[in-house]
Amino acid sequence: MQLAGPNGAGKTSLLRIIAGFSVPDEGDVLWQGKSIIKNYDEFARELLFIGHKTGVNSQLTALENVQFWLQIQGYNDTQDLYALLAKIGLVGLEDVPVRMLSAGQQRRVALLRLWLNSAKLWVLDEPFTALDKAGVAFLQQRFITHLEQGGAILLTTHQDLTTHFNDLQTVTLEYRH
Amino acid sequence: MIRQHSYWQLFSAVCKKDLQLAFRQRAEIVNPLLFFLIVITLFPLAIGPEPGLLARIAPGIIWVAALLSTMLGLDKLFRDDYHDGSLEQLIASSYPLPLTVLAKVVAHWIITGLPLVLMTPLFALLLNLDTNALIATVLTLLLGTPLLSFIGAIGAGLTVGLQKGGILMSLLVLPLYIPVLIFATSAIETSTMSLDYSGQLAILGAMLVVAILSAPIAISSALKVSVS
Amino acid sequence: MWKWLHPYAKADRAYQLCNTLLPYFAVITVVCMIVGWVWGLAYAPADYQQKDSYRIIFIHVPSAILSMGAYSSMAIAAIVALVWQLRNAELAVIAIAPVGACVTAIALITGAAWGKPMWGAWWVWDARLTSELILLFLYLGVLSLYHAFEDKKAAGRAASILAIVGVINLPIIHFSVEWWNTLHQGASITKFNTNAIDPSMFWPLMLNIVAFAAFVGTVTLMRLKNEILQREKHRPWVRQLLNRG
Repeated sequence: MQLAGPNGAGKTSLLRIIAGFSVPDEGDVLWQGKSIIKNYDEFARELLFIGHKTGVNSQLTALENVQFWLQIQGYNDTQDLYALLAKIGLVGLEDVPVRMLSAGQQRRVALLRLWLNSAKLWVLDEPFTALDKAGVAFLQQRFITHLEQGGAILLTTHQDLTTHFNDLQTVTLEYRH
Repeated sequence: MIRQHSYWQLFSAVCKKDLQLAFRQRAEIVNPLLFFLIVITLFPLAIGPEPGLLARIAPGIIWVAALLSTMLGLDKLFRDDYHDGSLEQLIASSYPLPLTVLAKVVAHWIITGLPLVLMTPLFALLLNLDTNALIATVLTLLLGTPLLSFIGAIGAGLTVGLQKGGILMSLLVLPLYIPVLIFATSAIETSTMSLDYSGQLAILGAMLVVAILSAPIAISSALKVSVS
Repeated sequence: MWKWLHPYAKADRAYQLCNTLLPYFAVITVVCMIVGWVWGLAYAPADYQQKDSYRIIFIHVPSAILSMGAYSSMAIAAIVALVWQLRNAELAVIAIAPVGACVTAIALITGAAWGKPMWGAWWVWDARLTSELILLFLYLGVLSLYHAFEDKKAAGRAASILAIVGVINLPIIHFSVEWWNTLHQGASITKFNTNAIDPSMFWPLMLNIVAFAAFVGTVTLMRLKNEILQREKHRPWVRQLLNRG
């Protein structure tokens, strides 16, 4: 599902409410019929959130960042991370602090998590920012696999996604004062 | 992807990351210590170097300097995590946030409190404290500095989202430090009179236990407010 | 508890409640304050030791008691706000805080003024005055934290958390200051020996305490009404109210 709308329409605010960081003024967010405010831990297990601020520490290397993230999410870090780094085009850069990388590479470090989780719901704020064409195509490929496995994706983007995703739903927020 | 829930894994991962970052920028560890040392040097210069007088006011100097130097490090406790979005990832993790917070506070104490405890003999030397008072100072710092970290982290959590949170944080936190200051300095003072000061230590210990149990909850809710 | 609170979760109901309560508080304030002050300041007998300077207790003691009382009510509002996610309770926290800070300041100023004839100095590090000073710091902390946030929703919750942390620490601070005081000054002169108070002074004092409590209540209710209107200014019921008035 795509969330569209002009700048300042409240896309990010809505995503943050859905991810449970902000409390709505009125109403509630339900996940499988249960309020996420009351059952946040349960919801958090099924959620993968990558926001504007990606949660990548700039002092640590790409590898350390990914390992830390796996640990705080409670995943086994026995995967072959090097193979994954190679797949996403970061091989040879694993020992460099993230702040030395380009914006697109930093974004890739954050997006690595998409290959390393078992969450059903992905909430992504502008995931395509700073990525090159190949990166965008690669990410869309990953989206398709996730959807095929029965997952759901909620994202904001200004990209046109209709050509790749046939069951795409778009919700457009209007700017209102 | 297999998920295994191990609280220890979370605790050590969070702790390790903060320590790793601190050791990469050693200034973070060294600067508060230098600050502490300089503050202590200022006192003899301001009031005169008479050994008796110094020994008399030493507990106060050491503890006020300790309060101020822990304040320095507190500002950084959650700031980077807030700005790069790690805090959101920690909140959205399926682990309880108070545990994460506990790990961060422990790491903060290892970075700022523990070095102070280890450096105490040097300060005692500068301020003309005898062995009895030195032991008391080490003990009070050992029990008191973690308390400062826990109480201070509440203020740090409340102000992390603000533009100029630093000074505001000290306004919020310093009044809460007063009981620690009173009991710790009184323990050292009692020790210089060769009297038993286990009562004060017991109170500090009790406060520490209460802080370990309750502060992480307060810090977590403060962080959730700051992130929202 | 929730059942009882639930109707007041709606802002307009809370506003109506404020309106209903306000006249009672205002009347009690005016009556008790006039009677209490005239009785205490003019008719109560002079103290045989302190002469007329003791009369400041009719302001100092009520304000000192209310400074603690206001802090506890603020903390109770804060707990209600956080546990039941009640926005109106957050507004109550913010409504009480400046009132409490003012009452604390009054207690400090009158305490200092009383100290001058008693000890010959404006400020003595007396346990009660020191506690009162720290209490003022705690109030100011809550206030400045609230005003530092741009997002008033987050501000209310942050201030509530700080108020609760403060109220847990308050007894510890109070105890530590008392203890510090006895340690450093030995048996100092206690200003006010509660056993020895004469009934002729006790009743006007009680009346003044009630008057102060009602006064704090009145001002808080007025501030709470304003806070509710401020927050809900875009809602239809506020528009209606404004059009009517």
